[in-house]
Amino acid sequence: MRRENIWTIVMLVGLAALIGRATLTSTGMGREYVRAVPVANGQWTEYQPATYGQYLRAVNGNPAQTEYLFSWSRTIGLWAAAFFTLAVFSFLFGDNPIYKVAEAVLVGVSAAYWIVVAFWDVIVPNLIGKISPATIQNWAMPGLTGPDAARDLWYLIPLILGIMLLWRLAPKGTWISRWPLAFVIGSFAGLQMIAFLHGDFLAQLRNTVLPVIVMNQGTFDPSTSFKNLLIVAGVLCGVVYFFFSFEHTGIVGKMAQGGIWFLMITFGAAFGYTVMGRIALLAIRLEFLLDDWLWLIDPTNKRV
Amino acid sequence: MRDFLIHQWWLLAAVIGSLVPLILQFARRGFTGTLLELDRRWIFLLMLWSVLVPIYYVGVTGRTFPEVPSALSRAVFDEIERLKPGDPVLLSFDYDPTAEGELGPMATAFVRHAVEKKLRMYFMALWPVGAQMIDNTIDKVIRADFPDLVYGRDYVNLGYKSGNEGVIKVILTNLRALYTTDTKGTALQDIPMMRGIENIQQMKLVINVGAGYPGTKEWVQYAVIPYPDKIRLVAGNTGVQATQIYPYVPLQVPGLLGAIKGAAEYEKLVIDKYGGPNPDPKYLDGLRRMGPQLFAHLLVIGLIVVANVLYFLNRRRERHT
Repeated sequence: MRRENIWTIVMLVGLAALIGRATLTSTGMGREYVRAVPVANGQWTEYQPATYGQYLRAVNGNPAQTEYLFSWSRTIGLWAAAFFTLAVFSFLFGDNPIYKVAEAVLVGVSAAYWIVVAFWDVIVPNLIGKISPATIQNWAMPGLTGPDAARDLWYLIPLILGIMLLWRLAPKGTWISRWPLAFVIGSFAGLQMIAFLHGDFLAQLRNTVLPVIVMNQGTFDPSTSFKNLLIVAGVLCGVVYFFFSFEHTGIVGKMAQGGIWFLMITFGAAFGYTVMGRIALLAIRLEFLLDDWLWLIDPTNKRV
Repeated sequence: MRDFLIHQWWLLAAVIGSLVPLILQFARRGFTGTLLELDRRWIFLLMLWSVLVPIYYVGVTGRTFPEVPSALSRAVFDEIERLKPGDPVLLSFDYDPTAEGELGPMATAFVRHAVEKKLRMYFMALWPVGAQMIDNTIDKVIRADFPDLVYGRDYVNLGYKSGNEGVIKVILTNLRALYTTDTKGTALQDIPMMRGIENIQQMKLVINVGAGYPGTKEWVQYAVIPYPDKIRLVAGNTGVQATQIYPYVPLQVPGLLGAIKGAAEYEKLVIDKYGGPNPDPKYLDGLRRMGPQLFAHLLVIGLIVVANVLYFLNRRRERHT
């Protein structure tokens, strides 16, 4: 039998099992519920996430209740999340159109989300809200009152710089966009230089100037002494390894060799942490599939 | 374990069934021959089972693996323990859903701990989706289990502001230069707990849950270093990020939770003190996720050992030929 046929059969069996589990079993799977909470004296309703367990308890208490409801939109979202999770996993088997679709959707949604968030969280309150507070009060943020709503015309400068930056899109005069870009790069470089000088260079000097013989309440503390000695030796050897003005022979060579060992151990520890992080990512996606979607496990008693 | 295997026989059958072709391959080509030409997808499958089976086991039985808190996790716990009721703390959630698996349990434990200590919580985010992470944690902990806490009196969500480290630099001296309203659009002067708060130097502790840039490193560089006597910072980081923060321990960062392991250790400390005899399982996410970590790490260690043995065997064979 051809490999494609085997995979088609596996996919169809999996799909049939999913449909069977969702429709034929007593528990079902992949459904989302919400709690309808009236807000502002019932002027509108806020739908808060609820669990299947809360829904069951409410229905058992009063079959005609309308507080806990099945949510079509959240259920579709859940199935979409499950589909995209599997679509991304499918890349492990090989590049395929389903993975491409998932990738494109992720990029598109992320870009759109960033634009919307930047508009409502920054441009509206921090730019228009400062230049023309009354406009923002009437249009978008009635809560913007008091001293925080005072007009501040200094914000015209970032507005002008922002417009100049967008000039890049115009067919002529793209040089105009270089001026705000120069301002951004210059100010960022200045900020970063001070931060790295203080935060990394000077602070790390301070952190590594340690006593190698530590006395604790008048007695020698061997563990802290050894730890400090290791840190000091690691820093010195690591620095010597990157010191190329002398040939790495003799004592310099031995220290450089030690530096390689320290570096390799550091990379190993970093790799170990990375493995842990990646496994955690895989674990939460599988937990999502087994718990929220397939309802095979219920570690947080959501459906009890 | 025996009951689990009997009742969940189908899972065992699926694991063994999926590995039958690999076992046959070993039988046909031998150990070395199979491993030298092993399709990487077999490794993916082994990793899938080593993570999925423990998740399923922990999910069905509710058992978690024992965890012993390290000195760094205890330092984080102690930093929050020493605060008094009513002290203001800033919680900056600088991560997005991709790091939820590692950082979600930390965020939950931090908020639970702060609530139990009756601290005033000021939430903010340097990542756009951080605001949603804050909402999720508030829903999960405060609205679900501590409905007596009042928004604006006990906790406030200032939300996201763009500008990365620039935001930290500004709010260090003038919070209102960037934050005029909270996420609901309420003016800051109308929020009771914002009265008298001019900048974040007034916070007794800054708690950062960070997944990268901007995150803990920026909080250290732009907040702790310029104001070492006024800003105290504890952090929870992803595994990838944690190794970059260790050099700042303990002078700039007195306590650090590294990856899901740090989350599990801190969770245990919080639950042991405040969880009661039957803690809600939603506060045990980190401890639960340590099960898959154990088996996946065993697999990775095994693969590294096998790969190295094969490498040396191959090298010796090439020398002989």
